[in-house]
Amino acid sequence: MGAPGLAFDGILGAALLWTAWQAIHAAGLFRAVVSFMVFGLLMALAWVRLEAPDIALAEAAIGAGITGALLLSALGRLDWEAGRATDECLRGRDRAFWVPTGLLLLAGLGGAAWLLPAPGLGEPVAAELGRSGVENPVTAVLLNFRAWDTLLEIAILLLGVVALWSLGPTPWPSSPELVSPALPMLGRVLFPAFVLVSAYLLWRGSHAPGGAFPAGAVMGAGGVLMLMAGARPWLSGDVHGPWRWALALGMVAMLGVAFAVMTGGHGFFEYPVELAGRLILLLELAAGLSIALLLFALYLGGEPPADWETRRPA
Amino acid sequence: MSLTGVIGGILTVGGVLFLLLGTLGLLRFPDVYTRLHAQPKADNIGLGMICLGLGVYSGSLSLTLKLLLVWLLMLVATAVGAGLIARAALRRGIRPWGL
Amino acid sequence: MTLYLLLAVALLIIGLHGLFVCAQLMRKILALNVLTTAVFLLLVVLAQAAEVLDPVPHAMVLTGIVVTVSTTAVALGLMVRLLERRGGPVSGRDRDSRNS
Repeated sequence: MGAPGLAFDGILGAALLWTAWQAIHAAGLFRAVVSFMVFGLLMALAWVRLEAPDIALAEAAIGAGITGALLLSALGRLDWEAGRATDECLRGRDRAFWVPTGLLLLAGLGGAAWLLPAPGLGEPVAAELGRSGVENPVTAVLLNFRAWDTLLEIAILLLGVVALWSLGPTPWPSSPELVSPALPMLGRVLFPAFVLVSAYLLWRGSHAPGGAFPAGAVMGAGGVLMLMAGARPWLSGDVHGPWRWALALGMVAMLGVAFAVMTGGHGFFEYPVELAGRLILLLELAAGLSIALLLFALYLGGEPPADWETRRPA
Repeated sequence: MSLTGVIGGILTVGGVLFLLLGTLGLLRFPDVYTRLHAQPKADNIGLGMICLGLGVYSGSLSLTLKLLLVWLLMLVATAVGAGLIARAALRRGIRPWGL
Repeated sequence: MTLYLLLAVALLIIGLHGLFVCAQLMRKILALNVLTTAVFLLLVVLAQAAEVLDPVPHAMVLTGIVVTVSTTAVALGLMVRLLERRGGPVSGRDRDSRNS
């Protein structure tokens, strides 16, 4: 790695520790939330350093983008004064407990990392990669070898949206509080870029870092930005509207493929080798679209109104 | 070292200097408006020089164009972001320094 | 790599500490997010220790990030409703944090 690399890692690590601490203990919630967003961005850099560009893409779009937007929107609904109230954490009072506990955790995890056999699935994955239908090992694991995990993960997203919709209508105001001529312009200029980048990431996923998750995350973040810029989505909370179908698309497609290959005499998610590439592309498309919409629905934090036009800002 | 390497290195270091100056302005200027005056502009130039420098250093045209696209997107985002911060500050009644 | 392992553990401790010590719900949610990031970091660092880069932890972390944002969204939705109900329409004061 060399000395410059090590120095970079050291600075990055120190900055991560500082922003993480600030994200929890900064005076005032606004500072804490902004520190957390900086933490997410720096974390994306750390993922690049750890040779995990797929994760870096998803972290930059989700960790700093969508989570940040969510936190700030939630903060906007809280009482500003309560957010600025002085430090309410009990830090420093029970140092006698936390210092030994921290050291114990450190020792335990260090020992575990030392003693456990290094995770060695790299070679089996590399050996089977030729039969998976894609060239990027992470995509192969996500949508072929362990597609089961991805199915459950999309199910969790769907469950999150169902839980939020059951809480009632979306609590965020539907139009931006601050009127600025630049913001709608930004939405108009950037939206094609969001679509292009998502399509590019989706296409890239079969042979290089990218794929349904980063693509869906970028698209979802683009949707959130459009909403903040004052755009009205054509999707509405109407019972018969297309929202529900679009949200369930990824889940339906994955289950459909899984059962379809079963009728061909294969196991659950055991694709025939010659069809694997196409099936994975199909699933990526469905999962990417569905993840984008699910993330957007999660941002809304509740059931979208049946008709966006008639809704007045709260 | 090749010519592209030298030019790329000079551009990158120059960009870092601009970023440094912008950060100095952020830390030393008295209020939000003067800070907005200092930082986004210096950052735009600095990032542009770094992107250009890295592109020249790599010697690949497609990579250079991708980096310049990143810069273009950042220009738009920075301009709108700075405008929004200034508007929000005005709306919350923060008086510009010295007025 | 030892550096990132130490970083992961330190973040884990910061997150856990914040989760227990802070009374404000928002800070608890932020601490939870830091905690999950630390776990992801640990997984990826351990994956990198292997001879051939192991893609399975990478895939797990990728799904994990998306799951984290969904749990965060649900937690924030619940928090906003809770504070609005407690504090009336105007203010959303976190009363628990005041009593403690």
